[in-house]
Amino acid sequence: MSDYILEMDHITKEFYGVKALDDVNIKVKRGEIHALCGENGAGKSTLMNVLSGVWPYGDYSGDIKYNGEICQFHNIRQSEAKGIVIIHQELALSPYMSIAENVFLGNEQTSVKGVIDWTKTRKHALDMLTKVGLGNEDLNAPVNTLGVGKQQLIEIAKAMAKKVELLILDEPTAALNDEESKRLLNIMLELKKQGITCIIISHKLNEISYVSDSITVIRDGKTIETLIKGQDEFTEDRIIKGMVGRELTNRYPERDCEIGDKIFEVENWNVYHPEDGDRQIIHDVNFYARAGEVVGFAGLMGAGRTELAMSIFGHSYGQKISGTIKINGKQQNLKSVTDAIEHKLAYVSEDRKTYGLILIDSVKGNMALAALRKFFSSRGVVNHNEEMLAAEEYKKKINIKSNSINETVSSLSGGNQQKVVLAKWMLTQPDVLILDEPTRGIDVGAKYEIYCVINDLAKAGKAVVIISSEMEELIGTCDRVYVLNEGKIAGELNKEEITQEQIMKCIMAEAGKEV
Amino acid sequence: MDQKKTENIDMKQYGMVLALIAVFLIFAAMTGGKNMSPTNINNLIMQNSYVVILAVGMLLCVLTGNVDLGVGSIVALCGAVVGIIIVDYKMSMWAAILAALVVGTLSGMFVGFFVSKLSIPPFIVTLASMLIGRGLTYTLLRAQTKGPLPVSYNFIGAGFLPTMKIPFGTGTMDLVSIGVAVVASVLIILTELKNIRTKKKYGFPNNPMWQIILKECMILMVVWFFFYKLSRYNGIPFVLVIMGILVAVYHFITSRTVAGRQIYALGGNAKAARLSGINTKKVFFWVYTNMGILCAVAGIVLSARNGSATPKAGDQFEMDAIASCYIGGAATTGGVGTIIGAVVGAFIMGILNNGMSLYGWSTDIQKIVKGAVLLGAVTIDLISKRKK
Repeated sequence: MSDYILEMDHITKEFYGVKALDDVNIKVKRGEIHALCGENGAGKSTLMNVLSGVWPYGDYSGDIKYNGEICQFHNIRQSEAKGIVIIHQELALSPYMSIAENVFLGNEQTSVKGVIDWTKTRKHALDMLTKVGLGNEDLNAPVNTLGVGKQQLIEIAKAMAKKVELLILDEPTAALNDEESKRLLNIMLELKKQGITCIIISHKLNEISYVSDSITVIRDGKTIETLIKGQDEFTEDRIIKGMVGRELTNRYPERDCEIGDKIFEVENWNVYHPEDGDRQIIHDVNFYARAGEVVGFAGLMGAGRTELAMSIFGHSYGQKISGTIKINGKQQNLKSVTDAIEHKLAYVSEDRKTYGLILIDSVKGNMALAALRKFFSSRGVVNHNEEMLAAEEYKKKINIKSNSINETVSSLSGGNQQKVVLAKWMLTQPDVLILDEPTRGIDVGAKYEIYCVINDLAKAGKAVVIISSEMEELIGTCDRVYVLNEGKIAGELNKEEITQEQIMKCIMAEAGKEV
Repeated sequence: MDQKKTENIDMKQYGMVLALIAVFLIFAAMTGGKNMSPTNINNLIMQNSYVVILAVGMLLCVLTGNVDLGVGSIVALCGAVVGIIIVDYKMSMWAAILAALVVGTLSGMFVGFFVSKLSIPPFIVTLASMLIGRGLTYTLLRAQTKGPLPVSYNFIGAGFLPTMKIPFGTGTMDLVSIGVAVVASVLIILTELKNIRTKKKYGFPNNPMWQIILKECMILMVVWFFFYKLSRYNGIPFVLVIMGILVAVYHFITSRTVAGRQIYALGGNAKAARLSGINTKKVFFWVYTNMGILCAVAGIVLSARNGSATPKAGDQFEMDAIASCYIGGAATTGGVGTIIGAVVGAFIMGILNNGMSLYGWSTDIQKIVKGAVLLGAVTIDLISKRKK
């Protein structure tokens, strides 16, 4: 028998003509912990979805060899039958069902067909839970009474109940604190002793170098290298180099404009989780933006960038918010979105479909929505003609490709939808624009156009704040970048200092303090 | 890019109106024209006035993606308040009307408070208001009918505007109705002309001239048909005035005001609406408060037409109002629907009821047909959208 449990050869997967995976090769040895590293959007999750059958056979090209035989999975059930279990970042537990029920969710212990054998369920559940160190928990307690860390362990117990051979963990520690993470990692080492192979996807490089035996780095849908413990250098710096080292081409329009005074300042900003008043999401954040300046916010997923932006934008996120906001030097209390718009602040959400657009409404209707009260109505009556003129003007100005301004936005492409959201906020005539992932999921051409819009806004003397997970984008567009990590500012980099290595170093330095 | 100078009329917009005319003509054929008689046209308006009034308010609830189940009970409660104040306390009808409006408004605010401030699902809150309202009505009236109400009050539900009758054919004709029809026609034509002019001024595409003329002719025909029939009976019923004003006002609110657009935006995507500066809680509160006010109006009209307040009044009115909105093209998920659509929906239901009664079908059969029409209308609507 080969000593590889899994070999994925020449895997290529396209989404609408864009290659998410491009000839990826990965080999996982039996009984090892194999880490998968890469930036957001590098293709890690897509690769694991191909493996587990979320993207069925035929949807991708290349071969999956598992235990030496070529597999063609059409759905998750087939891969699970072979002992491949994936645990996603969002837990798949039913919150009000008991621990025992959850362990056997979708895999119920039955006596006669279809009739659940509760004794068997409890007994086996206890076995599985003991293996993951939860032997003392009350089997009948609803899962939602446990913390996220323990829920994560229940997911693993659930996987064990399916007789797992290859366990895939997608960002298992993203929502955990250090203690819980440590515990989870130790359980992984324990599972390794029991002969279970693990693939772990994680951004926390210190954890990866602690737990894993080999590391495969993926960048832009391609395998870059595989590092093996004992053979290669196994430091965080080495991994970062693999993750970010790429050539830059000129994908960003030049901007040449004067930077003026500070027009937007946030001081001592603190925010707590909206449902959990003890969990602080944003810690003492200070930052500012000047007229004509493009300021970036870098950080990993879950660093708190969106939460920071939304809490500033009329307290749209969180509770117990404290701190001061100054716009044009004057302190403002922005208690609602209406206040924020009134004081010339705009926020373009990262999720345009959920938070940005009314998909069933027209291009025109969406564009005018935020500015309706201020600019397109008098005494509460809408001026349809002005609204149409403005929509036509912006459609031309930022080149929105739609048949007419009356077309529903759901039929537009992602790039054009994003432009509609941008137009909506430009119509409110803001001084400060916060753009959260302004180019997520849109093609290169549309990206360029959006960068041009950003440049025009800066030239018009606005302050633009960009939140982006693509470091390259921040390097290409920003005059200054703040690095946010776990709700704290981990660093501030000036134009000449902004490099991917620097950003990563800031994040790691801050994360390292706590481990 | 060149601007198109003309643009075809979107026929889908008028599909329901054509269906309404078709249903009416089918029953005209089935009943040998009985449903076209002046008396029956008058009855159609009087019988359906409450449903139209309620459908107008219900549409706003439906636009938010919800319904109000308590409507029928609040109608009865407001009627009971009128009956008690006039019959038991011997107070003036104006005091009674005011009290009914206050009770309606408060019950609407009650629902609005739970829905907006406490974020309780409207289905639950209005299910509760349906039970509470009905129970209160029975308690207040001690399960008995309260009446009779004075003639001056009954005018609201059963009265007519002053008439000027002249002999015509086998009967009489009311010149006031004809006058109103003339004024309405002139207004309709002037509005359309103004519409064409502003579109030209701003350089927006207009519809082709023949389509505009055809559309206007259809509208004018319907208007004249109605007012001619009314003139041959007893002139313009007072409820038609109430209905006309409400429909006009709410049509304006939904299509032309910021408040209206906020309701549509909330129904389309509440999260996006909130992040665009819309106070969604406030919108919810006023939508349900408004429903309460319109329930009071419907309660007043209903008790005036019946000449008494009964505890059973308004039974299942909520279902008729909700069905009207959906037949009129509103979406269950919210964000889609028009006042005119809801009114047309209400009249389609009304014409069906009325036609089937005239044809001699029992109310049992009528319910089956109404259910099938609701299901059919919504199914066709959704499937045709899916294909697109």
